Amino acid sequence: MSDTSWLSKFPQLERGDLIAIRKTLDGAYREFSRNYGDTIESLFDPLLTFLIWFEKLLIASPWWLTIGVILAIVYGASRSWKLCTGVLASLLAIGILGMWDDTMRTLSIITVCTLLSIGIGIPTGILMSRSNRAQAIVTPILDVMQTMPAFVYLIPVVMLLGIGKIPGVIAVIIYAVPPVIRLTNLGIRLVNKETLEAATAFGATAKQRLFGIQLPLAMPTIMAGINQTIMMALAMVVVASMIGVKGLGQPVLKSITNQYFTLGLFNGLAIVALAIIFDRVSQTYAKRTQKHLGGMNND
Amino acid sequence: MTSLNKASTDLETLIEISGLYQVFGNKAKSVLPMVKAGKSKDEVLAETGHTVGLRDINLDVKRGEIFVIMGLSGSGKSTMIRHFNRLIDPTEGQIKVEGEDIMQLSDEELIQFRRHKMSMVFQHFGLMPHRTVLDNVAYGLAIQNVDKKERLASANQWLETVGLAGYGDQYPAQLSGGQQQRVGLARALCTNAEILLMDEAFSALDPLIRSEMQDQLIELQAKLKKTIIFITHDLDEALRIGDRIAILKDGILSQVGKPVDILLHPADDYVEAFVKDVNRARALNTQTLMQDIGNILGSQSVESAIHSLNENQQEYGFVSNQDGYQGVVTRVQLEQVAANDNAMDICCDELLIKVPSVSPDQSLQSAIPEALGHNFALPVTCEEGKLVGSIPRSEIAQVLES
Repeated sequence: MSDTSWLSKFPQLERGDLIAIRKTLDGAYREFSRNYGDTIESLFDPLLTFLIWFEKLLIASPWWLTIGVILAIVYGASRSWKLCTGVLASLLAIGILGMWDDTMRTLSIITVCTLLSIGIGIPTGILMSRSNRAQAIVTPILDVMQTMPAFVYLIPVVMLLGIGKIPGVIAVIIYAVPPVIRLTNLGIRLVNKETLEAATAFGATAKQRLFGIQLPLAMPTIMAGINQTIMMALAMVVVASMIGVKGLGQPVLKSITNQYFTLGLFNGLAIVALAIIFDRVSQTYAKRTQKHLGGMNND
Repeated sequence: MTSLNKASTDLETLIEISGLYQVFGNKAKSVLPMVKAGKSKDEVLAETGHTVGLRDINLDVKRGEIFVIMGLSGSGKSTMIRHFNRLIDPTEGQIKVEGEDIMQLSDEELIQFRRHKMSMVFQHFGLMPHRTVLDNVAYGLAIQNVDKKERLASANQWLETVGLAGYGDQYPAQLSGGQQQRVGLARALCTNAEILLMDEAFSALDPLIRSEMQDQLIELQAKLKKTIIFITHDLDEALRIGDRIAILKDGILSQVGKPVDILLHPADDYVEAFVKDVNRARALNTQTLMQDIGNILGSQSVESAIHSLNENQQEYGFVSNQDGYQGVVTRVQLEQVAANDNAMDICCDELLIKVPSVSPDQSLQSAIPEALGHNFALPVTCEEGKLVGSIPRSEIAQVLES
């Protein structure tokens, strides 16, 4: 009589085989990181130098100067005194509650992560919008990036680069870059066909169409993507602190392990305050610069 | 026909399209033999999933004419016009502009061709909402890297020509539909391209504005003498502005001809059904119905005039002297006067009935009131007052009736 146990129990691989697979993959990756880890790490040296410099700049500058610069940027982008007042109040509260240095650290890493995400995301989005094949390849990758638990891709990153700022930045970018890529692609694909056709009919080159028509008209959508990217980067701050990124995340982590409720709450609120500042400023900026588009965009 | 007719047959051919086929689908080339074998659009779609857009199009456009391509939605007219500047490439066929096959152009040459030879006006305007009206008009020059000052000056001038002076700093969203399309027109004119493609340019506008734009186009064309290819689904519009009209049905040209030919001699049932509901009085001008007047009376005596009328078996005659058309004299009246004074000149106020004349290029509709006040044929005079023909009342009745 043949063995019919596969009917009641899922026919899985033998334990020994599974262990062999794990061992082989782990071994191969460990071998890879041992051989190339240093080389790859050195590739990120310029970024690390910049990160350290930017963090030092924010912390070493007198607090009133930093606040002044931030307020100037906020006003320049939004032209709203109300928003400036709100930003000033939040920053003062953060400082008084003793979270200034950590907030500056988080601010620096978030700024760098956002800039890098935009730098990677917009060109990728443009590529996707120009080729259906590229879209078919990139979309599932983005799905993986967004749904894979962050801890899972932290493991290989840490194995390769150790603990510190760079792996933190990489983890944050992996988590935060998909929205800007997706929305850049979507925004360009939604640009009014006739407007684009008009540009072609007047003899515009591909480059002239991209920079003169597609990107400007996709900008409201791209801005929404950037906004989402910033929000997700901030949400990642606590997770990143687990691999040694200093900032508001570390006190939160500390309060989880030690059950310091108030410490966790304060630092959490500081993260929220940063998020709201980033969100409102970028939104008002987008709204202000795209007012004249009226109802005409994408109709 | 008189010399006043736009003698488009004399003009030089500017664009020549021959054997043009357009099949949409992944393997268009392989479906082509089937299309050529005469299978219908539906059959091809059912068998291969490919859509036949255009089928064996042959036409030529003369320099300086307004060539209208007319068809209902789905007839392939918008596809058709996009072949002229290769926004769509044909599956097979030749497109020659000034004898040069534009299918052979390289990418770079094609860009230059689009920049300098042709410009286009779109149904939904296709303006750039993020640029001001002035920048929109100057767009064609901007991508040619024309100096900013120069291109804005030129754009300003065209904006003024289309009647939008002072709107340059506004954004398209702030303008009404009609104004936006004027911007579209100014943008197309600003590159000084010789050929103007207009894809249902006025279809999205309401009737009053549309008619205003048509007038403006005709007026501009009289000055600029561009070659215009105009797409429309509106036969009235086609008849109004077209020097020649091509009627497109399911991707096949049904008829190409002058408005009068289309209206009075439709080539097939489809065209006939189309023109049936046209308001002919508005679509035709007096010139098309005008007949030669065999016998025109001059400055002569009553006696000789009676003689002349008798000879031609006329009840009345048109009188024209060196000052041009004067009026009508009837035989009955002449005979009454002849009893008293045989030698009297017929060019006098007592004898002449001042029947108003019409000009050859006014619409039949506007001439009807003139025809109702009397029982004579309607005299047609050219600008200098010279009598060029007349329209018998029976002719008017016949055209309006059928």
